[in-house]
Amino acid sequence: MNTLQEKYADRIEATLAKYPDKRSAVMPLLYIAQEEYGWVSPEGIQDVAEVCDMDPTQVQSIAGFYTMYSEKPKGHYWLQVCTDLPCALKGADKFHKELKEHLGVSEGGTTEDGMFTVEHVMCLAACDKAPMLQCNFHYYENLDMEKMKVLLEQWRAEVNAQANKS
Amino acid sequence: MSLNILFREKDIPNIREFSVYNKNGGYEGLKKALGMSRKQVIDEVKASNLRGRGGAGFPTGVKWSFIPQDNPINYVVVNADESETGTFKDRQIMENNPHQLIEGALICAYAIKAAAVYIYLRGEFWDVAHELDKHIADARKAGLFGPKGKLKDADGNPFRIDVFTHLGAGAYICGEESALLNSLEGKLGQPRVRPPFPANKGGGLYAEPTVVNNVETLANVPWIINNGADEYKKIGVGTSTGTKVFCLSGHVKNPGNYELPFGITFRELLYDYGGGPLDGREFKAILPSGGSGPIIRVTDEVLDTPLTYDDLRKFNSILGSASVIVMDDTTDIVWVASKVTKFFKHESCGKCTPCREGTYWLDKVLDRILAGEGKESDVDLIMSVAKNMQPTTLCALGEFAANPIIWTINAFPEDFKAWVDGSKKPAEEKAVARPARGRAATAATPAGD
Repeated sequence: MNTLQEKYADRIEATLAKYPDKRSAVMPLLYIAQEEYGWVSPEGIQDVAEVCDMDPTQVQSIAGFYTMYSEKPKGHYWLQVCTDLPCALKGADKFHKELKEHLGVSEGGTTEDGMFTVEHVMCLAACDKAPMLQCNFHYYENLDMEKMKVLLEQWRAEVNAQANKS
Repeated sequence: MSLNILFREKDIPNIREFSVYNKNGGYEGLKKALGMSRKQVIDEVKASNLRGRGGAGFPTGVKWSFIPQDNPINYVVVNADESETGTFKDRQIMENNPHQLIEGALICAYAIKAAAVYIYLRGEFWDVAHELDKHIADARKAGLFGPKGKLKDADGNPFRIDVFTHLGAGAYICGEESALLNSLEGKLGQPRVRPPFPANKGGGLYAEPTVVNNVETLANVPWIINNGADEYKKIGVGTSTGTKVFCLSGHVKNPGNYELPFGITFRELLYDYGGGPLDGREFKAILPSGGSGPIIRVTDEVLDTPLTYDDLRKFNSILGSASVIVMDDTTDIVWVASKVTKFFKHESCGKCTPCREGTYWLDKVLDRILAGEGKESDVDLIMSVAKNMQPTTLCALGEFAANPIIWTINAFPEDFKAWVDGSKKPAEEKAVARPARGRAATAATPAGD
């Protein structure tokens, strides 16, 4: 029994029960692996492969194809700014650039304190509420840099509070 | 009678909750359908002229009738992989009126004798999917479906079909139905060679016959069964029956989703609902079907055109999923072409060469032009690459990537000319990115609040 099976037995069982074929569980289980390891690490790939009766290479190819699986460690907060056409018409490119400058990172980069990773993505289906971003899979809409700075401080404080507690 | 067939939250607050939905006629359509024969249900949907709202506009009842009823296992797959540039309607339906989607999918499942319903949501709809799971659990607990379902069908058999959500993980191509099915099977989300089609044995989910319908399509079904096809056909125009959710974005004062009957004009949508252009500017161009459809130059004739599947053909454009992106006269159409191309380049699955290489090629040449280093022959080159992609790609994504490029050049040759003859310089490109105005500039809030 591997780490995922030990720690997430109920979730894995519930996931497998949804499908007639174990292989269909590979994507949901990759999310669990990402949650456990912080990214889809080699250990995570191996664990998922064992549960789904797949070759680890096949699991790795799935992880590499889809953009929401991270193949390298990210910051505590993974900020994905939509810069597709409708958002760009509402100033998303400028917002994306200013966010990177404010945090001192280049595209896809992580701040030195490991707090934030910033990258742009294509169309998040929130075109009427641009500029917007996805942070750890949750949407934040109708943003500008002033509102963004408040959110960044809030998130930073949450991580620091958690660190102090532990 | 309210015309909010889909956005019923506007008439009934909290209709997303099972108890509220149930009190307001919820799941009556399913109960009524279960009292009908499967053929009667399919015939009613056929008679309504309901057409697929995912973009293709294929008649829904006809699609259902392709499924062989004598096959032991069939499936319903709900396409909730809403990823088309400019489309954000399915998310609103799932957030605010989820039970109507679940009910519509169950009616379809009964009609085609399905074994299960899978709702495939784009991975970014993480919060939506988890909320949807709770709503499904509420309806299942009430005994409407699932292993302990209490309802019986017209033959007296227990109705125990179950509904499951499945999250994708960030791939536009998974909106293409065969790529979606691959993804649901735990494979790379790449399109399949067809035939066999999803409705055929060998072509659907786990090789079984499968109906793949868009969220908006299925959410119409309970209304049709409850009120009848004849009532439904009274809404809309010609073969474009019912309402349509128009996703309005770009340079308008009030972007948003508007559920309106087919036949409303661009002028009504853009001015009466959208509030008109920003800052007293003029509208220049519309992408009526998101990034994948041909662009239209705004004229009085265009503004007075009814929004139907048929009427947009006269401008060589399409309604698609009705993601209406509007651009004002500050917009550089070469920049638009570049933005759209970057999207398709990013989203090309890489399986077929014309799309994989063609999108990169188009992007490279457009970048060159926008860097002020383009030549007149570059415009011909772009046109040539796009036209060669159109008939040769494995799926529609490659065609979608080519369409807007061809039509931006056809409709706005002066914007391309200005770049390649040197009268426009790179610095001017930045002028298109402006801060949000109007309703979009309200408070920053997590989605769904």
